Amino acid sequence: MTNRVVVLGGGTGGTLVANRLRRRLRREDAEIVVVDADDRHLYQPGLLFVPFGLARTEDLVRSRRAQLHAGVDFVEGAIESVDLGEREVRIARSEPIRYDVLVVASGAVLQPEETDGLTGPGWGEHVLTFYEPRGAAALAAALDRFAGGRVVVDVVDMPIKCPVAPLEFAFLADWYFRRRAMRDAVELVLVTPLDGAFTKPVCDRELSGLLRAKGVEVVSEFSTGAVDGRGRRIVSYDGREVPFDLAVVVPLHGGAPYVARSPGLGDELGFVDVDEHTLQSPRYPEVFAIGDAAGIPTSKAGSVAHFAGEVLVENVLAVLRGNAPIARFDGHTNCFIESGFKKALLIDFNYETEPLPGHFPGPVGLPLLHESRLNHLGKRAFEWVYWNALLPGRDLPGVGSRMPVRGKARVPAGSRVGV
Amino acid sequence: MPVATYAGREVDVDVEGFFTDPGQWTRDMAPEIARDAGVGDLGPGHWKVVDFMRAQYSEKGTGPTVRVLGKTSGVSVKELYELFPTGPAKTAARIAGIPKPRGCI
Repeated sequence: MTNRVVVLGGGTGGTLVANRLRRRLRREDAEIVVVDADDRHLYQPGLLFVPFGLARTEDLVRSRRAQLHAGVDFVEGAIESVDLGEREVRIARSEPIRYDVLVVASGAVLQPEETDGLTGPGWGEHVLTFYEPRGAAALAAALDRFAGGRVVVDVVDMPIKCPVAPLEFAFLADWYFRRRAMRDAVELVLVTPLDGAFTKPVCDRELSGLLRAKGVEVVSEFSTGAVDGRGRRIVSYDGREVPFDLAVVVPLHGGAPYVARSPGLGDELGFVDVDEHTLQSPRYPEVFAIGDAAGIPTSKAGSVAHFAGEVLVENVLAVLRGNAPIARFDGHTNCFIESGFKKALLIDFNYETEPLPGHFPGPVGLPLLHESRLNHLGKRAFEWVYWNALLPGRDLPGVGSRMPVRGKARVPAGSRVGV
Repeated sequence: MPVATYAGREVDVDVEGFFTDPGQWTRDMAPEIARDAGVGDLGPGHWKVVDFMRAQYSEKGTGPTVRVLGKTSGVSVKELYELFPTGPAKTAARIAGIPKPRGCI
């Protein structure tokens, strides 16, 4: 009998997994079906550049279906729920789809309405987010007409997609206002619930130094309780206030709404509870999750979905053959951090190893944790790699699932980063 | 490894004062830890959160973040900050004798 693998979500993780699985499974052995509510695949890393006029939202979107192997079926429809007992996905205005293996890859959604006042007066005008296309475009217009004052970048709470993006926004804003010869008229402030710019010590020191050098004030351990658009201030749960003229807010994130409507599938925030190494559900061995949808202790970043993809494919194949999953994901994450003036940093880390200086992927390669033009070119070239190699599920030369150790300098915690 | 003394008994803690072995915790230690953490006297509201933290830790191996606490403990985030003004998840975890919540990166 033919098996059916159903992948929920045609974004980064879902697309590359479906394409990789198709190449490993004969058609007579398994059908592969991808379900998504629309046919618009957004290149999310591009959103950062939209507010500064460096990218246009319409150029960041392509057909989801067109990114899938010809042997993968694409069903366009809103997912209502998953019945884990019946092994069935219920879809609006469509027949339910039975599965033998389910891969949840539906990412994270923004929940601005969960923060008091955020979607009230000023939302879309002087309270904006660049985490979705409309907001990013509106922010471009708001920056364009900005005449000076306080720009506050506020992260409401973790987890968020791409935890370095708010820092990158601050770096690029510094560059943008300098280019417009009005930097002296602008105060830049980064407000974060974390106790520093980043959670990992060596990286935090490097990024904090860069924020200082660019004149970005950091307000840390600030838990946003409300955004008052009329009074132009952000208020924390412990009563502190940060005034703003323009607020760039990263709203709360949660899992796709159908996860919460599917008993047993998700945690309190709607992310899917899977083993951090095998990516398999502890209760339902035929259920896996990948990317931002997975409730694992990684950053929510495309690189994680990419590196986890190889592991997930091996483990799905094992389950289809009646075996236990043995491939293990090491938490490998790799992020370019755009720092303005055509420079960027690169960080590479996993569950065990924090971002360290050195070079990637080996001793001769891109500089790690250090600003360089090469990394900026790498970040901009990545868009091509994304559509042409990563989504089709091709192996990138020299860049494997496991984090490379070669090329990294060992820095004892607490010591200064040498570059 | 640092050691602290609560209710007359020595327990292992990390540099920030979080228990490294939740098995060493007993309820009579909580009021002393709370004083150390600047919380003052523990009322029923505090205990509701502390008991919830311990139950979550034994079930999941990590304490919840403040956002998850607000969604699941029956105490709103606003009330949590009234009970534990300097950070509900961290402070309640310390009083409950469990390691610092992992949070997310």
